[in-house]
Amino acid sequence: MTNSETGLKERQFKIVGTRPLRPDGIDKVTGRARFGADMAAPGMLVGKILRSPHAHARIRSIDATKALVLPGVKAVVTHEDFAEVGADLQDVLENVMAQDKALYDGHAVAAVAAISAGVARKALRLIEVDYEILPHVTDVEAAMAAEAPVLHDDIVTSGVEPAPKTPSNVVHRHEFGHGDVAEGLAQADVVIEHDFKTAATHQGYIEPHACVGSVGPDGQGELWCCTQGHFWVRNTCAALLGMDVSHLRVTASEIGGGFGGKTTVFIDPVALALSRKAGRPVKIVMSREEVFRASGPTSSTAMTVKIGVRRDGRITAGEAVLKFQGGAFAGSPVDLGAMTAFACYDLEHVKTVAYDVVTNRPKQAAYRAPGAPMAAFAVESVIDELASKIGMDPIELRLKNAVENGSQSSYGPKFGPVGLVETLVAAREHEHYTAPLGANQGRGIASGFWFNFGGQTCVSLNINADGSVALAVGTPDIGGSRASMGQMAAEELGIGYDKVRTIVADTASLGYNDISEGSRVTFSTGLATIQAARDAIGKLCGRAAQTWGISPDAVVWEDGYARPAGANAGEFPPLSLAEIAETAAKTGGPIAGHCEVNAAGAGVSFATHLVDAEVDPETGRAKILRYTVVQDAGKAIHPSYVEGQYQGGAVQGVGWALNEEYIYGEDGRLQNPSFLDYRIPVASDLPMIDTVIVEVPNPGHPYGVRGVGETSIVPPLAAIANAVSAAAGVRLTELPMSPPRVLRGIDEAAANGKA
Amino acid sequence: MTAIAVAATINGEATSFLCEAEETLLDALRDRLGLTGAKEGCGTGDCGACSVVLDGRLVCSCLVLGAEAEGREVETIEGMALGDHLHPLQQKFLDHAALQCGVCTPGFLVAAKALLDQNPSPTEEEVRFGLAGNLCRCTGYDKIVRAVMDAAESMRDGR
Amino acid sequence: MRYEAPDSIEAAVSLLAGEAGKARILAGGTDLLVQLRLGHVEPDLVVDIKRIAATQSITEEAGGYRIGAAVSGAVLGEHDGVRALWPGVVEAVELIGSTQIQGRASIGGNLCNASPAADSVPALVAAGAVATIVGPDGRRDLPVEDVAGGPGKTVLAAAELVESILLPARPAGSGDAYLRFIPRTEMDIAVVGAGVNLTLDGAGKCSAARVALGAVAERVLLVEAAAAALIGTPVDDAALSRLAEAASAACRPIDDKRGTKDFRTRVAGVLAQRAARIALRRAGRG
Repeated sequence: MTNSETGLKERQFKIVGTRPLRPDGIDKVTGRARFGADMAAPGMLVGKILRSPHAHARIRSIDATKALVLPGVKAVVTHEDFAEVGADLQDVLENVMAQDKALYDGHAVAAVAAISAGVARKALRLIEVDYEILPHVTDVEAAMAAEAPVLHDDIVTSGVEPAPKTPSNVVHRHEFGHGDVAEGLAQADVVIEHDFKTAATHQGYIEPHACVGSVGPDGQGELWCCTQGHFWVRNTCAALLGMDVSHLRVTASEIGGGFGGKTTVFIDPVALALSRKAGRPVKIVMSREEVFRASGPTSSTAMTVKIGVRRDGRITAGEAVLKFQGGAFAGSPVDLGAMTAFACYDLEHVKTVAYDVVTNRPKQAAYRAPGAPMAAFAVESVIDELASKIGMDPIELRLKNAVENGSQSSYGPKFGPVGLVETLVAAREHEHYTAPLGANQGRGIASGFWFNFGGQTCVSLNINADGSVALAVGTPDIGGSRASMGQMAAEELGIGYDKVRTIVADTASLGYNDISEGSRVTFSTGLATIQAARDAIGKLCGRAAQTWGISPDAVVWEDGYARPAGANAGEFPPLSLAEIAETAAKTGGPIAGHCEVNAAGAGVSFATHLVDAEVDPETGRAKILRYTVVQDAGKAIHPSYVEGQYQGGAVQGVGWALNEEYIYGEDGRLQNPSFLDYRIPVASDLPMIDTVIVEVPNPGHPYGVRGVGETSIVPPLAAIANAVSAAAGVRLTELPMSPPRVLRGIDEAAANGKA
Repeated sequence: MTAIAVAATINGEATSFLCEAEETLLDALRDRLGLTGAKEGCGTGDCGACSVVLDGRLVCSCLVLGAEAEGREVETIEGMALGDHLHPLQQKFLDHAALQCGVCTPGFLVAAKALLDQNPSPTEEEVRFGLAGNLCRCTGYDKIVRAVMDAAESMRDGR
Repeated sequence: MRYEAPDSIEAAVSLLAGEAGKARILAGGTDLLVQLRLGHVEPDLVVDIKRIAATQSITEEAGGYRIGAAVSGAVLGEHDGVRALWPGVVEAVELIGSTQIQGRASIGGNLCNASPAADSVPALVAAGAVATIVGPDGRRDLPVEDVAGGPGKTVLAAAELVESILLPARPAGSGDAYLRFIPRTEMDIAVVGAGVNLTLDGAGKCSAARVALGAVAERVLLVEAAAAALIGTPVDDAALSRLAEAASAACRPIDDKRGTKDFRTRVAGVLAQRAARIALRRAGRG
């Protein structure tokens, strides 16, 4: 699809689409960049958190008397040290600090601030908590059973008729779709139904959560922390501490990975509460064990998918039932899983039912396209098997059913211009798709969808007297966004990339910005940056008009210069941005552009992944041999960082598919809270990850940008499962496809073959 | 508790610091000396973000006691560039966009330099296995491996 | 906690003997520091043995090599002599962790940490290595398979420490190999490990063999039945199948986060057979 078809003006870019060095690069290769744990404040204390060793327990009492008399201990806090909050923040507060019950292994119950880590550790052991241990449940289907221990007396399943009268662990039942699935299935030549399971995984960012909080005797607070959204952190911490929002200033440090896991608060309100009590700054840094036990992994799931297809490749109906546990509080991303499950396909009859379930596990947080990878794993596995059953090429089958501009989505709205077909065609044409395979090797393909988001955004662009530009954005840079913002500002202003310096401003310097999540930053902060640049251009043109004594309407901005709009406007030599900036003090004072927007029009995006795997039939070990990502970026501002998002998402998917899982013991305790036994991919596990950037412009963005960060993790689970299943000769329906599981699958297939 | 006085050579400079017996070299570097380039990603030697070179050997500084540095030479990321002049690995990491969040980057650079010091012409497989002790969650390693291979080539060519 | 770094083995023994509280020996520290950090051990005294010359040296002895207990994997891997004589032992030591871990983790530490899954130990057991132990009552030698008493426990008495490990001489026509199974390609603890050491006579028959398995019992197992499956045979496919069966039969593993009983039992046989094929090649066959 061309730009003109999507309504976007054909535009020749000078800087957008190139690969300049990132502005924070030198700091990051020299060790100068300051991440969450790298901050220190004078008089700083060390904060540590006491965590429940029990999966489910009533807290009868907490006695900190002995800890408080230990020399060097400056403060102890419990839930009593936080404010009362509204219903919207009650779960956040209770997750930050347990109230009457500890709901999972690792749930915070108290915290201490002391003069050293050693003293703080000793103090934790002196806090006496009287627990009444309760029965627990960590598995999603067990938690839905009638006899399951109930976590919350006030959760009664909503979304079902008639409404139940007794509490349960099922928070809500969602339903999406249209048509009549039974009627659709009746038209099918082949119907396949499978059950699927996926284990909970963790975002696995390398930087543990860290912060320094300080509240002075005047009640003014400051917080330095690693977060994807410091404005949200500010609002939430202020509410949890009962402070005015304007009394708390939050500065986002460099962030060492987030992937959705740093979109909430765990330790930040605790550091502030301790500081308020101790009268000194308090630093809290989570250990890796704490990160695994007590931050926000994603859901584990149980799913059933049923799809019918005609021999000609037309899918007649699709149906899915999804059950996601989201830890100890409501809000698993099962609704997003249900909405995305069939989003790749133009279906007449489709229905997804989704259950949000609570269990005695840490409250889930977003993880890159939350909910979608699991749903895609189930649906795309069945699609793969259907293709094989009817003897059709799996890309051909997908092309026959792929959504296009105007298609009715499975979750509601009609799609605009979308790039699924383009990714499928590019994958089919890629040399990878027809490369030969050896023994015990298989090839998998899968497609995936993500919505992408926009949201509240505020940007300031300041023109300095020397012609350089300071761009202040409010979305933490989690993957090189300062570079792409600088590119868009420079492109629009018509100046060099090196003339723009982009910073992430603190919460006192800009209006509210939503979190860096939902693949929204390049889209919405980029859109706001372009609008702010246009705002500044209007003012620059005004100053030129004033200098020339002509009407502002008679001035145009081209390639970094104000020019008279035409011969009628008068004959004046063009004025550069730097020339106008130099005389700004005489022409009306500082020149700046601003944009405040609640950005709509984030274009959805699609990807198709190709992967080759080899399985050792004697040990069940799967190895990824080759991987190609094809994804629609709308417009790639900085192609290197777009590729990086594609590659990173694919490899997180490799880990999820093959080895990563939260393993709970019968005691409800997490068995593997370390990078030793929570096995994320290492460099030697992987091949190079090839990428193909497809560009079907998003009409909702001035340059056509679509979000790219999340879609890349949607297809891999399914693509790898399809490859490993092909290599092993047996359909694998449970993640991770760890060696014992693959070997069991091979054995069972062999046994069935014999029988 | 009595602190231990340690005298070591850090990035070529004679340096002394005090530390407690159970304190790691990583904590001493970060908290006592302000050298925060080495990061703690795990504290158990599984992620490599705290990589430093100790007497010519690549180690995880979280698995070394500060006291063990007595009389030893320690090289950290802060000593890698010569003034304003980046090491070729640092430059190639920038050129190849081999970092996203950047928290693993110091560890990767220190480890990659140790690798190339020992093997100036590594194959892709040797780079991947040589850097298997450094976890990166953003990049999928592709661009990191390319940057290291390219740096090796440019160092061989004396560029 | 006190930290001491004596420069003689006698001083180390005397420090250990004089400590009323809990004492720990620090070699490479790749296990001890993790245990310290997690609060699993809280020693009053840590004795760093790396400044003792005898724990840091590799010397030829009686046609074999004596390796100091604190010699790191990286140093051992760079020793051409040991590599040539006992390639299976060197490859096992080199499998312990990353390059970073290799810079520190020691052969003595891997033995004395007494993990059933220690990578170097099955290879050392298969090699017939002997540990030299020093304590208040002097020196004694102990076959490496007898050092571990159970998970995390050695049979060493208070104030005893391993000073060195002797890898013996071996006849011509010998080969050894170690393989482990891990889910990733690096950085994991062995789910199963198998070390095989064998000697072929002039006629190509196996005249001697030792087979050891890791991570399939409470400590590393020397499996005599598996060796017996090879001895006296030409080490053909039939003998290798019997080796695999004997190896699996000897397993008494547990289910845990790293693997299941069934998986470990089955894969132990697979790896023993694969390791034997490599050892065979190193012994001069094929």
